[in-house]
Amino acid sequence: MLSKRIIPCLDVREGRTTKGIKFKDNVDIGDPVEMARMYYEAGADEIVFYDITASHEKRNIMIDVVRRVAETIFIPFSVGGGIRTVEDMRAVLLAGAEKISVNSAAVKNPGIISEGAKAFGSQCVVLGMDVKQVEKSTKIPSGYEIVINGGRTYMGIDALEWATEAQNIGAGEICLNSIDADGTRDGYELTLTALISQNVDIPVIASGGAGKPEHLADVLRQGKADAALIASMVHYGTYTVSEIKSHLEGEGISVRSSW
Amino acid sequence: MIAIIDYNAGNLTSVARAVSHLGFQCLVTNDLEKIRNAERIIFPGVGAAGSAMESLKQFGLDTAIRDVFEAGKPVLGICVGTQIIMAHSDENDTPCLGIFKGKTRAFPTDIRSEDGSPLKIPHMGWNRIHIRKAHPVLADVGDADEFYFVHGFFPAPEDAEHVIAETDYDIHFASVIGFENIIATQFHPEKSGRPGLALLKNFCEWEPAC
Repeated sequence: MLSKRIIPCLDVREGRTTKGIKFKDNVDIGDPVEMARMYYEAGADEIVFYDITASHEKRNIMIDVVRRVAETIFIPFSVGGGIRTVEDMRAVLLAGAEKISVNSAAVKNPGIISEGAKAFGSQCVVLGMDVKQVEKSTKIPSGYEIVINGGRTYMGIDALEWATEAQNIGAGEICLNSIDADGTRDGYELTLTALISQNVDIPVIASGGAGKPEHLADVLRQGKADAALIASMVHYGTYTVSEIKSHLEGEGISVRSSW
Repeated sequence: MIAIIDYNAGNLTSVARAVSHLGFQCLVTNDLEKIRNAERIIFPGVGAAGSAMESLKQFGLDTAIRDVFEAGKPVLGICVGTQIIMAHSDENDTPCLGIFKGKTRAFPTDIRSEDGSPLKIPHMGWNRIHIRKAHPVLADVGDADEFYFVHGFFPAPEDAEHVIAETDYDIHFASVIGFENIIATQFHPEKSGRPGLALLKNFCEWEPAC
């Protein structure tokens, strides 16, 4: 049976991981290529890079990072952040990424999903969704609304409707980030994750709120997620990928245990 | 020299990177001369069967691949490459290369997980393979090893002897097929970490005994 995927997420700014990452031996490592290698060797099933470089001129630094990562690790990895056109997608894919993810650019211009799917195949196109819980209304019947700018701008779009539409026009996967849960380390947003996952046919990666291995077990089982994104809980050495997987295996959740 | 068949100007760099990483020389090419002179070829796949076959024919690569196979040189198919070495693909109802007898079929839409919930298509992520027939290219693969898959179709060879390994996704499907000097995987060895690299290395050193 298909294993549930555990996916570390790295924020990269101008070619360096933003916070630097403190492993158990207390070494700060800011090189995304080196970190990708460590997670690859530690049993990550996939890696997500999120480019938060502010200026467009410095985007080529990310392309260089992608190329070096592709020479170093031999598992799939995706790149998001700042991708606005099919040409942006092409540059990242040719540099060696398996997938590209689009978030606010797709909200503003859904055509980028269909164009990307047509040019490279749906399996390359991940829809990133930032979502906040709101009061249910005729406009937002699910009670979950799409937001951008880190949650500051409400788009008036229902999260479930957007997920379904994105799938219909060619998204191959959804990375679902709950802004409410993000950074809390109190666990993923289970209701939201189950709602989206059970109503689309494409895989859903849950994101936001992971603090301990139990949270992953919850979102993979009750949340019906196909994969779980993790960040600080591994970046600061609190847990290793291997410890998380052992816990999940003990819970009877199928994970890749040999690498 | 190992030739990696380039027929769609797609993203084939990952196979080349993995092969180079293992210390073998390779070339991503659609040059018929270079393909015929290669010591062995890798035939990856991108996109849908219909457009892939169209591109192959346009460059004359369909004949070149058959020639290399018939010359007894080692051939490795990957993903869509594996699907279009069958006689026919149900994707776009496409007549294919016919190196293997049998069809490429779509996953049934009613597949279920053990708890009864519907399984998603494409089959995307890591899964195990169950070896049905020992093969030198799979020499280092253990029971617990997993490989990375992304596909909605799979090869269904007519001859059960051609099924080298199977994978379980509610149904059992052929995830590695082969006979004589050809072997083909439905998964992506170049994206499957250590066991994938081991498989690629074995292929690059494989001397078929036919």
